[in-house]
Parts: sequence; C-alpha cells; structure tokens
Amino acid sequence: MIYLQLFISFFQVGLFSIGGGYAALPLIRNQIVGQHSWMTMSEFTNLITIAEMTPGPIAVNSATFVGIRIAGIGGAFAATLGCIFPCLIIVPFLAFLYYHYKGASLIQSVLSGLRPAVVALIASAGLSIAQTALFAEKDCNLQNIDWVGAVLLLTALVILRKRKSNPILIMALCGVSYLGIHLL
Amino acid sequence: MSGKKIPQLFFSMLYISTFTFGGGFVIITLMKQKFVDKLHWIDEQEMLDLAALSQSSPGAIAVNAAILVGWRTAGAAGIAAAVAGTILPPLVILSAISFFYTSFTSNPYAALALKGMQAGVAAVIFDVVWSLVQHVWKEKSITNILLMALAFIAAFFCNLNVIYIILATVSFGILREIFRRKKGEA
Repeated sequence: MIYLQLFISFFQVGLFSIGGGYAALPLIRNQIVGQHSWMTMSEFTNLITIAEMTPGPIAVNSATFVGIRIAGIGGAFAATLGCIFPCLIIVPFLAFLYYHYKGASLIQSVLSGLRPAVVALIASAGLSIAQTALFAEKDCNLQNIDWVGAVLLLTALVILRKRKSNPILIMALCGVSYLGIHLL
Repeated sequence: MSGKKIPQLFFSMLYISTFTFGGGFVIITLMKQKFVDKLHWIDEQEMLDLAALSQSSPGAIAVNAAILVGWRTAGAAGIAAAVAGTILPPLVILSAISFFYTSFTSNPYAALALKGMQAGVAAVIFDVVWSLVQHVWKEKSITNILLMALAFIAAFFCNLNVIYIILATVSFGILREIFRRKKGEA
C-alpha cells in the first residue's frame, strides 16, 4: 500500500526533524534514497535544489514532490499529511507544557544537547549532496571531479560567507554560470 | 468575531507561505508583522514564545508556527485554517514542477543549469553548516563538540540510520539532565 508507506515515511521525517528546514535533509535522504530507493542520490539532489528555490518548508516541498512522482496527487497528499501529522500532535502538547509548567527545562536541555548532533547530520547530508553535484557516478576519485562545479561551489561559498547574499540568487547564478561555461 | 478570523487566518497564511523563500525564520518574521503589528491578534512577547516553541518542536518551523498562531487565535478551527493556508502553496507549486520535471531534466541546457545549481545548493548548505558549527564551537562545551564529531562519523562514515543517531542523542540529553539535577540536590 504505497499511500500508507509514503505517509509513514514522511511521518518519520516530520517526527525526527528538529531544528528547522535543514534538519529535515538527512531524514528525507534516509527515507527516500536509503530505506525505500524511491529516488537515486542524483534525483534527491535535484529535489533539494528545487525545494530550496521554491517557497515553502523543505520537508513539505519534498513530501509533495516525492509523493506525486511515486503515486500521483494522492501520494502527494499522503506524504504531506504524514509530514505535518506529528506536528499537529506534538506542538499543542509542547505548548500545553510550556504554558502550564513555564520554562520546561527538561525540553530545553534535551534540545540543547540535540543541536550538535543535528549540525553533524546536516553536514553529512550536505557532503553527500556535494559529492553528487561534483562527481559523476559514485566514484569520488579526484580525477573525475567536475572542476567547473567545484570552482562554482567554492566561489559561491566565499560570496555567501562574506556578503550574506540571497541564497536563491546565488543558486540561480551558479546554474547560469555553469550553463554559460559549458556552451562556450 | 472568531468567525471572521478563520478565513483571515487562512488567507494571511496562504499569502505569507506563497511569497516566503528561505525557510522557517523568515516566515516567523512575516507572521509577526501580520499578526502582531497589523492585526494585533497576538502581543509581541507571546509571538516570541511561539517562535521559540515552533523552533524547538519537531517538524517544519512554518507549519509549527501556523499551528500555534491558529490555536491562539481561533482554537482547533484556527489550526486547520492556518495549516491549510501554509501547506497549500508548496503543494500546488511542487505538483506543477513535478509535472514538468521529466521534460525539464531531459532538456540538455536545463540539465546543465540544474547541475550548476546543485553546486550552488551544496554551497548554501555548507554556509549554513559553517554558521551552525561556529555556534556549537563557541559554547566551548567539550561534550557537545565530541557529540557533534561522533554523530558525524556515525552518519557519514558508518552510514548509521539518522533516526537512531537522533534517538541516542535524545536519550543522552535526558540522562545528562537527570544526572545534573541529582548533583544539584546533593
């Protein structure tokens, strides 16, 4: 039952992604590339590119995109509902705790410990995305590196660090530059 | 009163969600402008609390914030209206994109542009990671830095399931807090 599978997969994404958009990346990858092989790493990288360049949360965007490609509109609804369902239960519960037992220091303390791990998980997913962007196939041999892509990545990173430019603009410029260089 | 609030919640969130690029933190700012500064449904201090809550709950920040604002303004119906307004735009936009995706990626020029954008996305993620790592580093907690290193090795080199890593960290956090409290009592 594909709808149920999509629902359960994105339920897990919603339940375990703590700390905003990028925290969902490793979980989405885990579900759709790792556990279910619904997409290849390269398709996943495209999906993240698209999700980044369109409005809306990455998790909801991914749920819609994966759902519709696997099982049509019904799949998109199943995956999106799965993704928001844990929030609908947990958020009011946390709000209740928060308002009735001001502070809720246990929650705070657990979360502060979780942050370093989430950072590491995002870094790991980011490296896989960079690998997919820069290397053909899975062969991460320096001889096979896409030099144009590597230079673009580093330039973009330097600009983002130094000037805090709009990420969407940077991504679009990377696309245009890559196309331009290859057409020359 | 609240009868009018529900459609207004839906359309406000629909509008904000359609034009918000760049994730959770941006959408919270826009929600504050709408619901605190313009409509005066929520006061500023409460909005800060709601923002903190939506960032510390699992799931997308935008959806969490919509749930909280909906609940504070119009209860369960408010939640339904605000969440529907938030997820409808991405649902429609991504459905449209996936419809054109195959013909888009099979076009050689579009495929080249997409390849370049992949490099851009990697740069954006590294930029975010850089800031996050700096943040953890500045806390100067050896435990947290070790935790970060271990989680990275487990995920990247050992390919351990992400969910196990998160569950292990949460259990560690709970144990650490219990230990701290015991120590405080002693």
